[in-house]
Amino acid sequence: MRGLQLFSMWILLAICFIAALSAPFVHRIIPKYTGAALVSAPLAMVVWLLSKIPEVGNGHAITQSFQWVEKLGLEVAFRLDGLSLLFALIISGIGALVVLYTQGYFKGHPQQGRFMMYIIAFMGSMLGVVLADHILLVFIFWELTSFTSYLLIGFNHESADARNAALQAMLVTVLGGLFLMAGLVLMGDAAGTWRLSEIVQRGHEITEHKNYLAILILVCIGAFTKSAQFPFHFWLPNAMQAPTPASAYLHSSTMVKAGVYLLARLHPALGHTEEWTLILTTIGTITFLLGAIMALGQHVLKRLLAYTTVSALGAMVMLLGIGTKYTIKAMAAFVLAHAFYKATLFMVAGGITHETGGETSIDKLGGLRKAMPISFGCALLAGLSMGGFPPFFGFVAKETWLHALGDYPLLIVATVVGGAAYVLVGFSTGWKPFMGKMPEGLHAHEVPLTMRLGPIVLGLGGLVLAVFCGPVGHALVQPAAIAIYAKELEVHLHLWPGVNIYFVISIVTLVIGTVCYLARAHFVKGAGKLSLLVRFGPDAVYQAALNGVLKFAAWHTRKLQTGILRDYIRVTVVTTVLLVGAAFVRSGGFQGWENLSPISLRVALFGILMISATFATVHSKSRLRSILSLGVVGFCMALLFTFFGAPDLAMTQLVIETLTVILLALAFYHLPTFRHGSTKRTRVIDIIISISVGVIVTLLVLAALHVQTPTPVSDYYLDHSYKDAHGRNVVNVILVDFRALDTLGEITVLTIAALGAFALLKLKPKKEGAE
Amino acid sequence: MEVVLAIVIGVLYAGGVYLMMRRNLIQLIIGLGLLSHGANLLIFTAGGLRQGGAPILAEGEKAFATTPADPLPQALILTAIVISFAVTAFALVLFLRTYKTVGTDDVDDLKEMQK
Repeated sequence: MRGLQLFSMWILLAICFIAALSAPFVHRIIPKYTGAALVSAPLAMVVWLLSKIPEVGNGHAITQSFQWVEKLGLEVAFRLDGLSLLFALIISGIGALVVLYTQGYFKGHPQQGRFMMYIIAFMGSMLGVVLADHILLVFIFWELTSFTSYLLIGFNHESADARNAALQAMLVTVLGGLFLMAGLVLMGDAAGTWRLSEIVQRGHEITEHKNYLAILILVCIGAFTKSAQFPFHFWLPNAMQAPTPASAYLHSSTMVKAGVYLLARLHPALGHTEEWTLILTTIGTITFLLGAIMALGQHVLKRLLAYTTVSALGAMVMLLGIGTKYTIKAMAAFVLAHAFYKATLFMVAGGITHETGGETSIDKLGGLRKAMPISFGCALLAGLSMGGFPPFFGFVAKETWLHALGDYPLLIVATVVGGAAYVLVGFSTGWKPFMGKMPEGLHAHEVPLTMRLGPIVLGLGGLVLAVFCGPVGHALVQPAAIAIYAKELEVHLHLWPGVNIYFVISIVTLVIGTVCYLARAHFVKGAGKLSLLVRFGPDAVYQAALNGVLKFAAWHTRKLQTGILRDYIRVTVVTTVLLVGAAFVRSGGFQGWENLSPISLRVALFGILMISATFATVHSKSRLRSILSLGVVGFCMALLFTFFGAPDLAMTQLVIETLTVILLALAFYHLPTFRHGSTKRTRVIDIIISISVGVIVTLLVLAALHVQTPTPVSDYYLDHSYKDAHGRNVVNVILVDFRALDTLGEITVLTIAALGAFALLKLKPKKEGAE
Repeated sequence: MEVVLAIVIGVLYAGGVYLMMRRNLIQLIIGLGLLSHGANLLIFTAGGLRQGGAPILAEGEKAFATTPADPLPQALILTAIVISFAVTAFALVLFLRTYKTVGTDDVDDLKEMQK
């Protein structure tokens, strides 16, 4: 295995992203073998992961890191331990099968390359989530999965439903992502490190930190939105607008488990507290039951499966919430079982729809067993595993699950109810479409090889895993459970547990479920009434909130962006006054009258002159008087400059002011006299706004006098002006030497203004109708 | 001294902003002028008022005996004065051309014409 040492995690991840980017080109060159070529990326990952099972099983985590942005503490750090290994194997293994499946599903579709690109990019992102050891890196990959999920759900972008569903999934998961980011930052702050592997060793520091509850709630919101927990579950069934390969991959076996993964990963850091148990167990159980019950009323294949996925995710969160050794083992086993049967059922469902010309409702399907015998076999295997029938891995997992809930009778009841629903759905998807008589007008044939491979491998896999459940439990489930529990434990999975109370409960569940399936028609009717509740459910809240935001945006754009200059000035000025005023008050307001130099008479006189001239400028109804008053203000400025040792400024100001007055006076010759168009009310409002600006600016100037700069850069100029630049006038030296480039910019502005003015003056508008 | 200048700056800002909110184009330009005076004076005052003489080295001397006025705000303001003149001149010509082309100096009427 020495050769495999060359492959490291980041190289394999990079290969995934490179494969994603090259997918459209590969498709253009070899359209018939795109999938076969691209599957090498996930396969390389699978082989590498498999080769690491013995090492990781012995408790050695494989780590790899290099610096990214050292000053920010950012590292590209990866770590493969038992939990990462279990998830990474599921992701890359099912990923490989899905890539092949896509080849058959989109056979001849012109956009196949684009779809492959999205789905492989998603695979890389998802692998990044489970392999990254730096929490900010986890977050980056986490957001990438949301983004690729958006692209995949909206793949069929000509359909409005697909676009809306994509947007909904994106908004819900990205909104949750923001909460998650806040939680992760707080957590990194509390633990004093960004490394996940170090954070999980500092559980006490975090659970006893004053921000613990905030961290827990924020992280939970992030995980719950991603993993479709109540009340954020609604986006997942809607996401079934995605093409089936994406549903089978993202929305059943991988992406939606990112939240579960993160909670499991952080269990040693955040778990073992009452708050953890309360939040996770409550939400998990509600989601588990809600998903199971909502599934009963569905007849569209994929939605049926989607609701049971919601339910299964709820079960995982519930088991994680209880947080005992046994529930954690059960959860790890269930993650594995669920990935196998759910991906199979989705792939078969996609195959049925694909080969029957778009039929999606199980009520309109039947008798497909002759036309699609292999699909039937796979679906039946997976359906039975889902229902928890022996001898499938679903049964093994369900047994461990029931064992673990020994002390929680209420949750056992919930499991029986949910389990019965799983049996019903298992039959509805793995049995119903294939049995009975084929409805008239339905034509079907078996799916191509590429689409068969996934269901066969995963469907039979459920059986194989169960037969070898001992070694599987030891090699895969145990290291994962140890990583979640953070203490030593042993996993012994049994296919035949012997007759005990849990076995009896299991059998009772199967019987109830089977009976329910036989009476399915009644459930569908009952659940149809339930759907009235959906109108007031979270989906409706989401729609109302979205519409509200859009309406608010339209309203304030209409109010603020009127297209009238005065309104823009008003909004800008008022906002500035309010913000600066608030900052001023917060920082302690006005500091006092120290640091002031005494008032000299001549400055006071000029001050009064300038104020009067300003009033005259504003108030005058005559244009000429207005300009002359402006000139008075400018000349006073020039004199003030001379008082305070700025002769250069004074000279410039004098010249420029003279030029301005002349220019304005010349222009007025061509312009009409003033009209006061505004009403008295507007004028009063404007006066109030203007006075508030004046007051704020005055206060700011006084406050600025108290700002002490330790070593003003000016001293450097004063010292070096003669030494380095051989100039005696420091201001001039700054302009033409130290900051010569700025002056060049200034000259450029002047030139452009002059050219513009010249062009405008010479420009003759074309007469209408002229050529 | 600073108090006087602070009040003057406040008045300049208030007057400038008020004129900029009028409907007449020329008043807008005059307001702009007042505002730039205010801004220049603000930089000047905030940089610290020193009556120690101009930052110009006398013939024969190699270093300043006493600290002169701060040269940095002066350099900034010098640039600002020139640039604001360019802006004023360009705006004036633009408005002149606008008036000649569309026949009004009222910004609200201009908005109406857009429709």
